[in-house]
This record gives sequence, structure tokens and C-alpha cells, in this order.
Amino acid sequence: MTFLATPEAAAPLNLSRRGLLGAAAGALVLGLGARPAASQATPAAEAMPNPFAALLELRADGTARLQMPFVEGGQGVSTALAQILGEELDLEPARLLLECAPPGARYKLPGAPRVTGGSSSVRTSIAPLRRLGATARAMLVEAAAIRLEVPAGSLTTEPGFVVHAASGRRIGYGELAEAASAQPVPAGVTLRDRDKFRWIGKPVARLDVRAKSTGKMVYGIDLAVEGMLQAAVQHAPRYGMEPAEIRNEAAVLALPGVHSLHRLPGAVAVVADRWWRAHRAAETLQVAWREAAPGAANAMPADFSTRALRDRQQAAPGPGITAETAGDASGALKGAARVVEASYDAPLLAHGQLEPPSALASWNAEAGTLELWVPNQAPDMYLPVVARAAGIAPEKVTLHSPPLGGFFGRHFLYEAASPFPQAIALTKATGRPVKVIWSREAEFLRDAFRPAALVRFRGGIDASGLPVALEAEIVCDHLLNRTFGAPADRHDRTVVEGIANKVYAFPNRRVAHVVQRSPAMVGFWRSVGHSYNDFFMECFLDELAEAGQTDPFALRQRLVEKSPRHQALLAAVAELSGGWKRGPFTAPDGSRRARGIALSSPFGTEVATIAEVSIQDGRARAHDVWVAIDPGSIVNPSTVVEQVQSAVAIGLSSALLEEVVYEHGTPRARNYDGYPILPPDQMPRVHVRIIESGAPMGGVGEPGVPGVPPAVVNAVFALTGQRIRSLPLSRARFGRVS
Amino acid sequence: MDLIVNGVRHTVALEAEMPLLWAIRDELGLTGTKYGCGLAQCGACTVLVDGIAVRSCITPVESVAGQQITTIEAIGEDAVGRRVVEAWVAHQVPQCGYCQSGQVMAATSLLKQIAQPSEAEVAAAMTNLCRCGTYNAIAAAMRQAAQG
Ligand code: FES
Ligand code: FES
Repeated sequence: MTFLATPEAAAPLNLSRRGLLGAAAGALVLGLGARPAASQATPAAEAMPNPFAALLELRADGTARLQMPFVEGGQGVSTALAQILGEELDLEPARLLLECAPPGARYKLPGAPRVTGGSSSVRTSIAPLRRLGATARAMLVEAAAIRLEVPAGSLTTEPGFVVHAASGRRIGYGELAEAASAQPVPAGVTLRDRDKFRWIGKPVARLDVRAKSTGKMVYGIDLAVEGMLQAAVQHAPRYGMEPAEIRNEAAVLALPGVHSLHRLPGAVAVVADRWWRAHRAAETLQVAWREAAPGAANAMPADFSTRALRDRQQAAPGPGITAETAGDASGALKGAARVVEASYDAPLLAHGQLEPPSALASWNAEAGTLELWVPNQAPDMYLPVVARAAGIAPEKVTLHSPPLGGFFGRHFLYEAASPFPQAIALTKATGRPVKVIWSREAEFLRDAFRPAALVRFRGGIDASGLPVALEAEIVCDHLLNRTFGAPADRHDRTVVEGIANKVYAFPNRRVAHVVQRSPAMVGFWRSVGHSYNDFFMECFLDELAEAGQTDPFALRQRLVEKSPRHQALLAAVAELSGGWKRGPFTAPDGSRRARGIALSSPFGTEVATIAEVSIQDGRARAHDVWVAIDPGSIVNPSTVVEQVQSAVAIGLSSALLEEVVYEHGTPRARNYDGYPILPPDQMPRVHVRIIESGAPMGGVGEPGVPGVPPAVVNAVFALTGQRIRSLPLSRARFGRVS
Repeated sequence: MDLIVNGVRHTVALEAEMPLLWAIRDELGLTGTKYGCGLAQCGACTVLVDGIAVRSCITPVESVAGQQITTIEAIGEDAVGRRVVEAWVAHQVPQCGYCQSGQVMAATSLLKQIAQPSEAEVAAAMTNLCRCGTYNAIAAAMRQAAQG
């Protein structure tokens, strides 16, 4: 699957591509298995492989293709990686084609993970990718030296060419690629000086924008292969239930285009020639559902409700598993001049990515092989699970990772929340390739939701108004246990991130995780624990400021006194917003407004956020959001700004609107009508300042999210005097403000 | 029935109530038009029928038989559409891109009807959802496209 989709390249009609690494016709596929040379037998995991063995392909037409470790889903990773590789390889980023590599060790870029998440792609791959590019360039130069019979030292490169300046001769990379791949891989390479960068750090246009503006980008849901059938499912209303009787089986089978009906775990699938026909038939099915067998994993009880979940979280006994301690929190609370107590909570959230999940599976019974296209953020994690679902060895699976129509954490491996097991079962049952698409309703029933969380805070301040003690017990599911099998008797670091290890470093503190499993399926959601904890912490800090009669901005300045990086960040966001002013004040349009501030430290990046709100028709409205973001250093400033825009939108959406409500074991909303996401008329202006402090590179895709809810909620308090401790704000009605 | 899509007449045998979206995607194989909700909530499925933006996921195919249907695949054949696309590219609008076919079609429809729309007219016409939050970039691109 090519990242820059052309109809020929993207439509996987030619199933025989698998043996050829998906190379386009006429391309030079280099060094396939040709270099088992002893010179490379370096056992160190971080050793650079021959770049041409699998990762990099130079083509005769002067373009190149990188099998990148990550998947593109709008975060701009492919362009960033093209900038980095192009910089060292000496090839224009626009001539690079990037695809999400298949799973497998041969596609591993040393040092970079194969998971697209944790806002980690660029920061983990920049060093190895620069080395890869420089290594490939050195091998090209060596090959050219042999060809031209001149010393390698007399050669230079210019984008796409090796150049012999003395004789004016130049050779295109594509022409040299085969010979280059046979060169020994140099042990060390010199990287380009930072001050000579042409693309890294520059606002290079994203490579996929035209394709995406003209409908040419091909997503998983768009794929078709010869002879393909399409399937829709009716899921059990509650997880764990199984289909019993189907009352109108014959009538449904007689519907136009319907091929067959299939009982699957927790679902009934209809296979048809067209998806809408399958979908309509699946909706028509009258299925009697059997209750989950006693002890069935993840069974959803009939009496589960999110309201009761919140009550149980409130009542869950502490002290929980300690995640961070310093000093003596309970002693300091006893001795504090004032103690503030509050509990905050945040609901389950849906991902709401606009592309509904799909999976296209093609089973070859004779060969015992499976080809699968499934949106995913982690091909190497999917592979063994896919293989197990198909009952074959992983080597018998060809797994494709198409570009994602949004993800936000949706496409990590949540086996019960993905259609791929159904697609595999259906292709095996029908002997035909089958594409399963989940309707929006099916998706909202089976998403892996952002866990609901509740925190119980106690904070102590001294006579000068400075916080001296903090206790935080965060009651939440154990996401890392449920998704990755992490030990449940240790705290989940994603559940405490944003409160534990906060820059404020109150001298006495205790942060704990009170583990409370919920029957709802849970998953990672953009900025993970920060998405709720930064709301909790930064709003509670405003409560401490209030109790100590300190301005919230001034209090934060005092609390980061020892960190020049945070001081600079606060100064930057204040300046960007025209100077800190909390309000309330009257805006030029006559409305009363106020501002709130929040500091957050997500994914190695430091962020300060200020939001300005008013109340319109009883509802909070955000007008402007100012974000100062310090990822240490960056690769593409325009992508950073775009990611902050996007993060503000989803962060604001979660603050204002979003909440998955369960009643009687089922989610109330099954489409965007019941689960509103931020519409265009509620989008604020977003102002971004990027700071490159030179600290180790942090993430960019998620860090803009978590500061938004607390900045907005703190502004709402400044404006209305109402302290909202439970999201979303749409549950609250505000009176007129004066 | 006859479907005229991007100027090409197709004779198709489909259920009258099949949504236009699925006729376009599955029957004609034009997958640039997207499915997001099936309920007229998101606008990912926006196409033009006689130049007017409609949400094809709730438009029965029979109701538009014989009318001029334009999908994103033909956007380059329309002067306004080309201008919209250039503005989208200049402002680097798409992120994941999944909503953008619908956004471009909605913008094109508006500018075909009102060459220089007011902000209120833009707000009334541009209601498609974008989970990637590209709304400010869309607004900037609209301003450019409206200037001709
Ligand atoms: S798919 Fe038609 S409006 Fe969402
Ligand atoms: S660009 Fe991703 S939904 Fe709009």
C-alpha cells in the first residue's frame, strides 16, 4: 500500500505483490537477501543494517521509497520522516514515498519502535533515520567512486545525484542503487551539521495534502480485491452475550445481494455483494442473545451504568498503590495553614475517528495463507494475534497497514474492539475475500473507550498561600494491565501521569492509583492519562490558589521558580496572549469574558495553555486559545502548529461535549447525534508559539490536548464563580454573568 | 435507473432506497466519497447534485436518478472546484484527510452559489465535522478560495 495513493498502486488487486515487497513495476528492489555478508554480522541490536536490504528502495526515476516504522493518520509523520531521511540521504523530501512497513525484523529501523503512539515517532526515529540516510548516501558515493574510478573523497552529492565536480560528471541515485547495495555498510558515518539543514526544522509542505484534497487517498475502508464480498455485523448489545436463535434467518437470506449469514463470537454477520445490502440485512436481523456464560471474560453486566461507576469510584477505598511520594504528605496536611479537599471526575470517551473500522481479509486455503488489511498502529503486535485468529503461523500472514482516517489511539491492539477477527472468520467460511465494515453504530457499541477516572485530592497550603502538601488518589481502571498485561499489583503509569512527577514538586506529596476495573472496554485516547489528570491537577491548583488568595498565574510562576524552561514557557504564553489577565473583563463585542491557565508536561514536551471563555445561552464558549509549546527541538514547525490546532479541537471537545453514557449495560449514544464532537462553529481561534529550548526532543501529536480542559474550566470559574469538577461542561448550565 | 455521475451515464439496477453514497462507492467504485456516520451528521459523504451539496448517505439513489451528480473525483473539472483544491493545498488543510472530500465538496457548492459568501453564509454552509480539528485551516482556505 503506497502512502501517496495512486489508483494503481493503492488498489491491492495484484495479490502476488507480497513476494516482491510491494514494489511497483520497473522499480529497483535492491539487495533482497543479497547481503548476508560477514561484515554485517554485528550482533548489537542497534547496528545499522544495509539500508537497501528492506527499508530503502531507490528507483530509476529518481524517487525513493522508505518502509517507515509508523503509520500515517494525519499527524504528518510521513512528511517529517521524509525531511529527516532526505536531509542525510540528500534527496528532496517530495521525492520520497513513505509506507508503513510490514511487520517483521527486517523492517525494523534500529532504535525506533514499531508502535505509532505515545507521540513518539519523530523523537525515536530521528537519530536512526539520520544514520540510515547518511549510511545510504555513503554507500552511493562509494559505488560512484568505483564506477568513475576516482577517490570517494573527490565526490559530493546534490539532491538525488552523486557529483564529481572536477569532471562535471553526475550520476543519479537510482542508477547507482544496485552497486551501492553491494558496498560494505560503513561502521560510522558523519551526519550533516545542524546549521546546514535544509529540511529538518523547516515548514516543508506535507506530502499527502493534494491527494487528500482530491479524494485520492485510499484508506482501509476503500480497499477492494477481486472477488471480494462485503460484510456487516450486528453485535451483541452487551459484550459476552452470544447469538442464540435468529428468528428471521430465511427472510434475511432472501434479501437482495445477501450471500450468507454467520454466527460469530458476540455477533452475527451478514455477507453480501455490497456493503449497504449487508448492513441493511444485519440491521434487520432478529437475534435472540444468550447471556454471557458465568465467568466469561469482559462480560458486560446488564446493570452497568456510568452513573453507578462514578459512585463506585467515589466510594472505592484508598490508599491505593503508591506511584509517587515525597516528604510526609499526611503530616504536612495536618500542619498546613489550610487544607482543601475536592474530588474530580472525567467520563468514558469515544475516539470518534471519522473513518469507521474495517478489515479486509483474503484466505488462501490451498497455501494456508492469509492476507489482511487492517487499520492499526502496531503491526508487529497485531501479527501474532492475527495469526492465532487464522490458526496459522505468523509467516503465513501478510499484514498491510493502510493510512488511517484518524486514530487518536483507536487502532492499538484491542482484539475485541476490531473487526479483523470477524473478517478472518468470514473469509475462511466463505472461501472469498471479505471486507468487514463496522457501521458508526457498531463502532460506538464496540469502541475501546478512554477510561473514566476520578481523583480525590487533599492539598495543604502554608500561611503565605504556597502549597506544601498534596495527596491524590486516582481511581481508574488499569489500562496497561488490560491492554498489555502489565502487572495489576503495580500502579499504571498512564493513570497517574500528569499528577505524579509534576514540575511543581510539592515538598510533601503522595500520588496513588486506586485500581478499579470497569466492565467497559477501555483503550488509549489522545494524551491518555494526561487527558484527565491535567484537568484534575491544574483545576485543583487553581482551587489552592483561590484558598491562598493568590493569582493562578502568579502561583504557577512561583511554583516553577527553579525551572528556567517552565518560566520561559509561562512568559511566552502570557506574551502571546497580550499579557496575563484573568478577568472577568468586557470584550469588544460587549460579552463578559475571563481567562484560565494550565501547565502540562505530556510526552516529554512542555505546554502552557491559556483559554478565553464567555457564557452564551447558559453554555461555556471558548473564543481564543493560546498555546506555548516546547518540544525541545522540532522537525516541522507547520506540522507542530497543525497538531496543536487539532489537539485544541479534541481537547475542547472533551471539555465541552463528550461523554459516553452507559445505561443497562449499553452505551446510550450510537452515532454523532448522541455523542457530539466539536462542530466548526465552536472552534476557537488558536494561537501557537513554538519554543525550541534544546531539551531532548518530546512529542507533538498529543501534548496540545491536556492543557485545554483545565484552561477552559479555570476560565469558567473566573467568569462565573462556579467550580466545575466533572466533565463535560455541557452538563452544567450557567446563569448570566456580570 | 440511470445515474449521471461526473458526466458519465451509468445504467444500474439498484434498490430505490439504496443511499446514493453506497451506489457511488460500491457500484461505481468511486471511493473518494466517504462514509462517516450514515445519518447526515458528519458530511463526509457530501456530493453535488445539480451543483448543490447533499449528504449522499441519506439520499435514496432513485431520488437523484437522471440528475447531474458530481463527486470529488471530478473536482478538477470544475473551475470553482480547482480553486477550492488549490486553497486547500495552500493552507495545508487535510490532516487524516478522511473528512476532506466532503469539506471540499461543501465549499465548492457554496462558492458556486455565492461567489463571495459572508462569514455567516460560510458558517451556515460549512457544517461538516472534522475530528482532526482542521476547522481554522478550512476557514482560511475558504477565504482564499472566495477571493477568486
Ligand atoms: S456519512 Fe453522510 S453525513 Fe456522515
Ligand atoms: S482531516 Fe481528519 S477528520 Fe478531518
